[in-house]
Amino acid sequence: MKQVTITVNGKEYTREVEPRLLLSDFLRHELGLTGTHVGCEHGVCGACTILFDGESARSCLTFAVQADGHEITTVEGLTSLSSPHLLEDGRTEGGNNLHPLQQAFWEAHGLQCGYCTPGILMSMIPFLKQNPNPTEDEIRHALSGNLCRCTGYQHIVDAVKLAAEKMR
Amino acid sequence: MKPAPFEYHAPSSIEEVLDLKSQYGDDAKFLAGGQSLVPAMNFRIVQPSVLIDLNRVNELSYIREDKHTLRVGAMARERHLEFDASIQKHAPLLHEAVPFIAHPQIRNRGTIGGSIVHADPAAELPVLMLALNARLKAKSKKSERWIEAKGFFAGMFTTALEPDEALVEIEIPFAEKNTGWSFMEVAPRLGDYAMMGVAALVTLDKNKKCTSAKLVYLNAGDGPVEAVEAEKLLEGEVLNDTLIESAASYASEKEINPFGNIHASADFQRHLAKVLTQKTLKQALERVSQ
Ligand SMILES: Cc1cc2nc3c(=O)[nH]c(=O)nc-3n(C[C@H](O)[C@H](O)[C@H](O)COP(=O)(O)OP(=O)(O)OC[C@H]3O[C@@H](n4cnc5c(N)ncnc54)[C@H](O)[C@@H]3O)c2cc1C
Ligand code: FES
Ligand code: FES
Repeated sequence: MKQVTITVNGKEYTREVEPRLLLSDFLRHELGLTGTHVGCEHGVCGACTILFDGESARSCLTFAVQADGHEITTVEGLTSLSSPHLLEDGRTEGGNNLHPLQQAFWEAHGLQCGYCTPGILMSMIPFLKQNPNPTEDEIRHALSGNLCRCTGYQHIVDAVKLAAEKMR
Repeated sequence: MKPAPFEYHAPSSIEEVLDLKSQYGDDAKFLAGGQSLVPAMNFRIVQPSVLIDLNRVNELSYIREDKHTLRVGAMARERHLEFDASIQKHAPLLHEAVPFIAHPQIRNRGTIGGSIVHADPAAELPVLMLALNARLKAKSKKSERWIEAKGFFAGMFTTALEPDEALVEIEIPFAEKNTGWSFMEVAPRLGDYAMMGVAALVTLDKNKKCTSAKLVYLNAGDGPVEAVEAEKLLEGEVLNDTLIESAASYASEKEINPFGNIHASADFQRHLAKVLTQKTLKQALERVSQ
């Protein structure tokens, strides 16, 4: 067992972990942050995408021990990212405090079952930061690392376009 | 599935890395970006008893310009190669090809060293190393040596590295003047492993005669495949469509050996190789004159 201290959504957690524990399982089972989904566990589906020091990465291809001393952001962190009213215990004030990206997915019907959504959101956060005004082609390329079995992608593309507008 | 248990080391210097590797040899695997190794561990295709994590070895992560060469540390991320100004200037072929490797989320973690040592015949970086005449520096506790890319790839997922060696640096000569470059591939979706891909380089003299040509293919055999005879057909000639077509035919029919896969039959791969060879050579030619 190794002791690790990992900052997740702004809050520090210290835990004893087995080296083989995947970061995705650490988030879900150790911290109870089940917003990070697990689909394929080999990097292909993108459902487990999180931010590792601000950059999108697969949590199923990283061991929790590797995140020691690093900052992780999961989909649960998005509401606080957008909120000026962050409470001390890490929760946000108000029950419906969605990030503009989440709001856009809601309004443009960017999800059906929602399994792929957290991974897509976490991929789009750094993408929209680097490309505040993306073309449809760029959006489709940026989504190429995330699989959705429900929507047919068209509404996801629309949602990302809408989010870009909201966030500019 | 979940990986089998292993002993984990996270050294912070090259010296410690090499000490550990000389101690454990083949029982230990280096963990770089983990984008090829961890999937294989999750499926228990590989079950190393020791992992030596290179991610805390800062001295392995750099991209530097020397007088005539680029020097890239084995732990430089694919995403860093993509946006590096020195690479764009001095290795435009590499700059053009990196965005074809996987998806941004994978490139954020995946490293140049990991991709080269993984030696997947369908990967872009081994092909680029061969096309760019790169040299690879292997280091062990007791010695250090440079290996030409040509002699590094020893078959499917196999390299010339010894069990106690790590790849530490990649040396890429600056692109020569009067050289045009082009990289193209065809994949089911951007970011997927390609069905076929070609890196092409042509250098012309004052009289527009081709003094050197390079054609290297991915997914065309059990490693990166260079079409040496097709290159010879081009060298010493003023290139035209007929010559380009015969070089493309020769390379795609005689020199590559694609196996076919779920996305493409071997015949279709050969067809793609021919078309891509013509397209890349033409684009490379246009770029010399610019
Ligand atoms: C969904 C997905 C799609 C992908 N698509 C592509 C693609 O289109 N094209 C492509 O080329 N790749 C693709 N990849 C692979 C990706 O580029 C990997 O990052 C790369 O192949 C391996 O690099 P890594 O740093 O992750 O190495 P790791 O997975 O950490 O290591 C790979 C191997 O190299 C060894 N190793 C690593 N570093 C060293 C070193 N310095 N010295 C000695 N041995 C070392 C390891 O022990 C291991 O055996 C894809 C991966 C995924 C998950
Ligand atoms: S679960 Fe990580 S990419 Fe599919
Ligand atoms: S909404 Fe169901 S998988 Fe994307």
